[in-house]
Amino acid sequence: MSYASIVWGHLRKDLRLELRTKDSINGMLFFSLLVVVVFALAFDPTSFPTIARQISGGLMCVAVLFASMTALNQSWARELNNHVLDAHRLSPSPASALFVGKAIANFLSVMVVELVLAPVFIIFYNLHPLGDSWKLLLILPLGTWSLVVNGTFFAALSLRTRNRETLLPLVLLPITMPSLLAMIQATTAVLTGDFEPTLWLKVLVAYVVVFTTICVLLFETILNAD
Amino acid sequence: MNASSTNARPNGSLPVWAYLYIAATLAVMAIGFDKAMTAPTEATMGNLYRVFFYHLPHAILSFIPPYLNCIASLLYLYWRSRNIERAQAADAFALASAEITVLYASIGLATGSLWGRAAWGIWWAWDARMTTYLLLWLLYVSYVLLRRFAAPGQTAIISAVLGIFAAVDVPICYMSIHWWRTQHPAPVFGGGADSGIDPSMYPAVLWNMLAWAMWGGLVLGIRYVIERRRQQKAAAIALGFLGNEPQEAL
Repeated sequence: MSYASIVWGHLRKDLRLELRTKDSINGMLFFSLLVVVVFALAFDPTSFPTIARQISGGLMCVAVLFASMTALNQSWARELNNHVLDAHRLSPSPASALFVGKAIANFLSVMVVELVLAPVFIIFYNLHPLGDSWKLLLILPLGTWSLVVNGTFFAALSLRTRNRETLLPLVLLPITMPSLLAMIQATTAVLTGDFEPTLWLKVLVAYVVVFTTICVLLFETILNAD
Repeated sequence: MNASSTNARPNGSLPVWAYLYIAATLAVMAIGFDKAMTAPTEATMGNLYRVFFYHLPHAILSFIPPYLNCIASLLYLYWRSRNIERAQAADAFALASAEITVLYASIGLATGSLWGRAAWGIWWAWDARMTTYLLLWLLYVSYVLLRRFAAPGQTAIISAVLGIFAAVDVPICYMSIHWWRTQHPAPVFGGGADSGIDPSMYPAVLWNMLAWAMWGGLVLGIRYVIERRRQQKAAAIALGFLGNEPQEAL
């Protein structure tokens, strides 16, 4: 079997599990909706459209980050049932294929959440992007991938630590700070139209390339850490 | 990382060069303190500016141990399946260098905050350098936390992986924070220490730089030796050499 077909196998399995239970997608959607409402109560975005433009890019990224964090642990925890993870270790297929498949599956579910969340933001925060909105089609997938690829890796890393629910955000947030900054800046650039998001897109691309490489290279070490 | 010479001594005494190094460090630190206190008083800030002689060395030196940590982490992963003794030494060194990063960055942040209060009237400004140090501090605090949380058998390998991630992240953080702050110029908080210093202050800066580098090396060495002894004791207990000591003793 080729590497791509193994990745496809893992991806298909994860997507099928998600489609049948819809646990993490429902959780993420409702969680991020709650974040939108809570921040709207705190900032009153409709009376101050300029402030709403300046902050809602950041709010959306934070909502997505926190929401994805609830799903990332879940995506590995289901591999612990019936010792599936041990079976993965024993299998002769490359370990990184498991990681890539799961990262893509997580990426797709977080992207679905974003697709639902973006219109909600536009309605609730009365948004009128002043920059080129089509650039969001580059920014959001890149930013989401940078969060999800590290998140999937660190969720696997904290899988067998003492309290993994607490540990994941503590480890993930400092590492993803540059990509979060780039994602927020680029989104804000598009919404306010004050400056060009090009620089931050480059930062995102560099971050994605560097960290995807490290994750793929080091995943086997993490999987067999015993 | 000369493990055998420092750890093989059964009575717990240190080799002669270690005492010489400790004495030299204390002497250089005394000279540094003297130079810092006798340097000419600064024109606008008066004596308050002397915190700068402690701030600058710690801030600059805090960028070195992350890379020591990364190298030790890579060595650990390389030696893990080849030479367990060396791998454990590399792990102890990685731990020591991560903790010294946190220490340097904490002191750098605290003294920087004191400086900011004296020079700008505020404790904290989200300017490029302060934010970068804060992120560096956060990265290595998370590393130390991970070592606390990890299951005993996996601490070394998990933290080695995080050490590599963190070291790769440091330059990316540095550059992106730099761009962030140049793109949105904050009210002029910059300048400060880096806008050039008077040549009469050079001796104080250089002596203190040397003093705090030597002090860092000393703390790193002590922490490394302690961690090596803890590892050896844990191994001895695991092999049944030391009887049934309570686990908290580790």
